[in-house]
Amino acid sequence: MKFTWFHLMPYRYLPDGFKDKYRSVWVDIPRNLYDPKIGHRLYNDYLDQLELADRLGFDGLGVNEHHQNGYGLMPSPNIMAAAISRRTRNAALVVLGNSIALYNPPIRVAEEFAMLDVISGGRLVAGFPVGTSMDVNFCYGEVPATIREKYYEAHDLILRAWNEPDVFAFNGKFTKLRYVNLWPKPLQQPRPPIWIPGGGSVETWDFCADHGYQYSFLSYFGYKAGKKVADGYWNVMAKKGKEMNPYSLGFAQVIAVANTDKEAEELYAPHMDYFYNRCLHVYNGFADAPGYRTPSTIRAGIVAQVGKEAALRREGLTWNDFLEQGYIIAGSPKTVRERLTEAMKSLNCGHLMMLQQIGSMPPELVRMGMELFAREVMPHMRGLWPNFEDKWSPNPMPEPERAMPAPIDLRRIETNGKTVHAASPAAHESRSAK
Amino acid sequence: MKTTHKIRDGKFSVETWEFGSGEPLLFIHGAGGLTGFDPFLEELGKDFRVIAPHLPGYGESTGGELIEDVVDAALFYHQLMDELGIPSAHIVGHSMGGMLAAETAALDVHRAKKLVLADAAGFWLNEHPIPDFFALDLSELGSYLFHDPKSPIAQLFLAIPDDPEQLVEMYVERTKRLAMASKFLWPIPDRGLKKRAHRIAAPTLLLWGESDRLVPPIYAGEFAKRIKNTKTEMLKAAGHMPMYEQPEAFIAAVRGFLKS
Repeated sequence: MKFTWFHLMPYRYLPDGFKDKYRSVWVDIPRNLYDPKIGHRLYNDYLDQLELADRLGFDGLGVNEHHQNGYGLMPSPNIMAAAISRRTRNAALVVLGNSIALYNPPIRVAEEFAMLDVISGGRLVAGFPVGTSMDVNFCYGEVPATIREKYYEAHDLILRAWNEPDVFAFNGKFTKLRYVNLWPKPLQQPRPPIWIPGGGSVETWDFCADHGYQYSFLSYFGYKAGKKVADGYWNVMAKKGKEMNPYSLGFAQVIAVANTDKEAEELYAPHMDYFYNRCLHVYNGFADAPGYRTPSTIRAGIVAQVGKEAALRREGLTWNDFLEQGYIIAGSPKTVRERLTEAMKSLNCGHLMMLQQIGSMPPELVRMGMELFAREVMPHMRGLWPNFEDKWSPNPMPEPERAMPAPIDLRRIETNGKTVHAASPAAHESRSAK
Repeated sequence: MKTTHKIRDGKFSVETWEFGSGEPLLFIHGAGGLTGFDPFLEELGKDFRVIAPHLPGYGESTGGELIEDVVDAALFYHQLMDELGIPSAHIVGHSMGGMLAAETAALDVHRAKKLVLADAAGFWLNEHPIPDFFALDLSELGSYLFHDPKSPIAQLFLAIPDDPEQLVEMYVERTKRLAMASKFLWPIPDRGLKKRAHRIAAPTLLLWGESDRLVPPIYAGEFAKRIKNTKTEMLKAAGHMPMYEQPEAFIAAVRGFLKS
């Protein structure tokens, strides 16, 4: 079993009554709710958390791309992956991912992913989402009817750019390039592992199965609701005669660990409410631009994660409902161990994307949860899939061969031969957001 | 009555509603498409040979994947006219159909004898942004489309079926239509008509619902500025869908202009 510590990087200070005062956390969320000075501290808290996850032994550090979004402040996840690449050593950089149809030309993604792979010594997982309708259609203006075709073309271009030994010309419908010649090329050969994050489009299952990519279902509804999608994916895999290898499925799950079940409720309940009722408050009209989902996906009855129907499902849910319906897995390490094992088995999932910081959770609580999970849950679940090989994790350079960043003391900055003390250690320790 | 034309060697199958005889009148529908119950077409059929095709991707018409932009759409209408043996016709376009009718007339100035643009899209004024109707719920759409969203005809348009299967099928069809429309209208309904509108040679009626909140009447002025020979008529107590909300006034205006 592998564990990717995933961050959404939410804004933690959306005001009380947000849901009633504003129509959407995404696309047209008022700009004046964002304070960049708070944002500065938040980014740095969150990067600290990802770096800690590496030291605690998590297998991957997950970042993703959202635009104009109050719960996902990573328009460019590549910047975050670059920021953590030098202060982490072992964990995979799981960039899940870049919405490749948005980049003009998409070769930009091939380049930046190659840079990340080289700089990190081959620790990159390359994620290629179509992107949500909010992101690609409403924020970035892509025509819903052609976004998937553009996505597939961008995918083909990036793969060729990584694979072909020589300069080539690319005459696509959306992108035309006379000279495609990737400098640098990725360190992992023939390419970094590719994971495709999806929200439940049936086409994505075929795409993953046909190319041998890992499918990551990024849901906030939890493992019980997610089973329908996981089963859909495994049905496609079975029909195509593919190996039912749990490592070819990733699944996102909100996890809240404390010392006891009771303590978990006391510490985490307000933050769950913040996440499900403020962060996921998306205007229904933005949930699904016409043409974004294909008729087969609509007919498959897979409900969008945001918008009216999703909100109705969550309406009035209490802590116990969240637990019982599997939105979250929470409690003592023992409870979490049992629930999570049951969940991963029922989904046949080998790559867990864990959400341990969501909504308004402060750094001290996040740290407590991470340490408890790493110490008292993770080791017990490592051997869940003894008969399967994980073919979807990166294959980095051996540690002794990798470059080591020069040590520096950030509190003593040398300028023009003089040493300046940037801040007292005591002040430094207390510099998290608010 | 409904008929099907296979054109371009069967690449397009075109569901077409045809009524009456006389001078040909090509009706180009808006983003919502035809409803299958469009009495104004039948009424116009008393004076004209009305031909109202569903754009590929709408209803039973196929070949939508071959139409990617306004030029493809205009050439589709040229092709249809050619294969029906109609060198030129009166062209009446509503909303998105107004945009496509203007393109059809601008790209070949001999196609349109007379042109009627009703509540037509095609331009963008920063001071008067057109609402993002793709992001509107059916519940919100009413007040943008109708002068009186509570009227029986408005309620008929905005009805949601109780049967879950019907609801899914309605949703699929609506999605299919609007996805096609997104090729011309997303995210901003401007595909450069301002560069070509000056080519339009046909006498043009700009026919607008006075309380159109989707494409407000100020846009009629924009068409008037850019097309040589225009006449503007505002319809009272009508919104964006005057041919359904005020059918008599709409028909009288169209008939009067085309017959004059």
